Amino acid sequence: MKENISLAFQGIWSHKMRSVLTMLGIIIGIAAIITIVSTIQGTNEQIKENLIGAGNNVVTVSLNQDGREYDMSWQDVPDGVKVISEQTRQELEQIPHVEKVSLYNSRQYAQQVFYQNTEFSGGQLYGIDQNYLSVYGYQIKSGRGFTQADYDQCRKVVLVDEGVVKSLFGGVNPVGKNLEIQSDVFTVVGVVAMSESFTPTINSMKDYQMYMSSTTGSIYMPIRTWPTAYRFDEPQNVAIKVDGTDAMTDAGKAAADLLTQQQIQGTDSKFDYRSQDMLEQAQQLQSLSQSTNTQLIWIASISLLVGGIGVMNIMLVSVTERTAEIGLKKAIGAKKRRILMQFLTESAVLTSLGGVIGVISGVILAQLISGMMQIPVSISPPAIVVSVVFSTAIGVIFGMLPAVKAANLNPIEALRRN
Amino acid sequence: MAILKLFDICKDYQQGKEPVRVLKNVNLTVEEGEYLAIMGPSGSGKTTLMNIIGCLDVPTSGSYELDGRDLKDLSDDELADIRNQKLGFVFQNFHLLPKMTALDNVALPLLYGGVGQKERRERAAEALKSVGLEERMDFLPNQLSGGQCQRVAIARAMVGKPKLLLADEPTGALDTKAGNQIMEIFRALSNEGMTILMITHEPAIAACADKIYHILDGELRTGETVGGKSHEA
Repeated sequence: MKENISLAFQGIWSHKMRSVLTMLGIIIGIAAIITIVSTIQGTNEQIKENLIGAGNNVVTVSLNQDGREYDMSWQDVPDGVKVISEQTRQELEQIPHVEKVSLYNSRQYAQQVFYQNTEFSGGQLYGIDQNYLSVYGYQIKSGRGFTQADYDQCRKVVLVDEGVVKSLFGGVNPVGKNLEIQSDVFTVVGVVAMSESFTPTINSMKDYQMYMSSTTGSIYMPIRTWPTAYRFDEPQNVAIKVDGTDAMTDAGKAAADLLTQQQIQGTDSKFDYRSQDMLEQAQQLQSLSQSTNTQLIWIASISLLVGGIGVMNIMLVSVTERTAEIGLKKAIGAKKRRILMQFLTESAVLTSLGGVIGVISGVILAQLISGMMQIPVSISPPAIVVSVVFSTAIGVIFGMLPAVKAANLNPIEALRRN
Repeated sequence: MAILKLFDICKDYQQGKEPVRVLKNVNLTVEEGEYLAIMGPSGSGKTTLMNIIGCLDVPTSGSYELDGRDLKDLSDDELADIRNQKLGFVFQNFHLLPKMTALDNVALPLLYGGVGQKERRERAAEALKSVGLEERMDFLPNQLSGGQCQRVAIARAMVGKPKLLLADEPTGALDTKAGNQIMEIFRALSNEGMTILMITHEPAIAACADKIYHILDGELRTGETVGGKSHEA
């Protein structure tokens, strides 16, 4: 085998021009596939990151009416929907892969919120429990967080994020300042910020659009204070932190089923709980970009097929050229198998070399495209391994016919020609 | 002891619709240590006979024993082993592999015989030395003269210590001087006890052997002895 491989390299080296031209089909095919796969991977990772938020792993479950999210901004407290109890919250935490569960009330469009004469519009308002900040990975940037006493005594205190600091307080530290919410006075006790990175936590398409169109920010108050500003018995939303991105879909669905079962009274209610599964939406977007690229991979595969036929052609020429060599080898005792292996090895080495060059060109090309067109690329090691193995396989498959032809040469015929 | 026994060997080739009989009931026995030449004009069937003796071709009928073994119905692989272990070939056109050094060319049969690399090199070097080419081991065939190439080919034929050396027009591509050198080597090998069977159409070359057979139209005629030092067939 070692002998065959070194023979193969000698053969390839002694016909440099021919070998390069033969490999070209394989090189182009593999380079195209590596480039396409890298681009798909890069785009997919970007979609996933944009939509889910890297490493956040939070699913939200909220009340839906006739398949649409129930929005308390314009509607009354729904009939036949119970408030989620602490016991139910604990049950939710028992679902596999769930790390932490938070209950919260929200207004997507805050109204009647003032700081002095400035109205806070376009931002969101949340009534949050003790778990909320840690579920979403927020940290207190200045001031303090909510204390047990804030909850127990339904204190009128709020946390704001940096968007609010900018839009409502003009960048001045708001801690200790008073806000007017629904004609009540609330004191700002702290400022929160994302702890890990500055990518937004996006949990629904709505959040995503919201983030893109406005940066006015969010205001948080203790959930037990919420009814003093708004209404009692508003249905809560649930935010669930799971231990891995891939578990989000299942955990979200399980939580939604559990809530629908326990919270909704009556079987034919128009209400139910649904998880806003960003992973699923991300996958839909990904499969969209993937299906177009799959077609490109098929086209690139045709190049590999053509390349393989080119290899077969050249190997047949090579067998004919080396008829005398084959004849002599058989005459002095080389068995069929050895001749077969010699030619198979040569074509496999040729195409593997083409595969390796193709991978290198593909990686370079992907980086160039990434730099020129601002498309993210991600080089995938499995794709590289598969490409090289695949190109070796092409060599074996398309080298088979010429190699069998060589092995079956009649030594007398072969020796006669010189 | 007889190295080679041919009984009633016939060989037909299909030419158009009619089979053409190229060899007609050839009988030949070669004793160990004999040095014989088969002479014949082109088309007489001498190359066909050589191919059959060399296990490169199979006869249409008749039987063939080499070194006491009947070669009927052997597989391709078994025949390859016999060529590798028992036979040494010398061709008119040398048939050296152009991209290998003299040493590697000589070592090639040992590779197919499953000999390890170190021993291959040692034995190949020894074989080259015995034909006087120890200075040329690392030369490529195109750096050697015709006579030297043929000596490399003889070393390759002898390296596996065969029972029978087959030579097909070994001097056909050489000038007289180089041809004579080759004949000297053959003579020396014969004196060491090697059995040699040589095909030629040159009477002067055939005369170097101990015994000469003539082949004409596929029929082998009884051998004539040269210089009276042959065993009787």
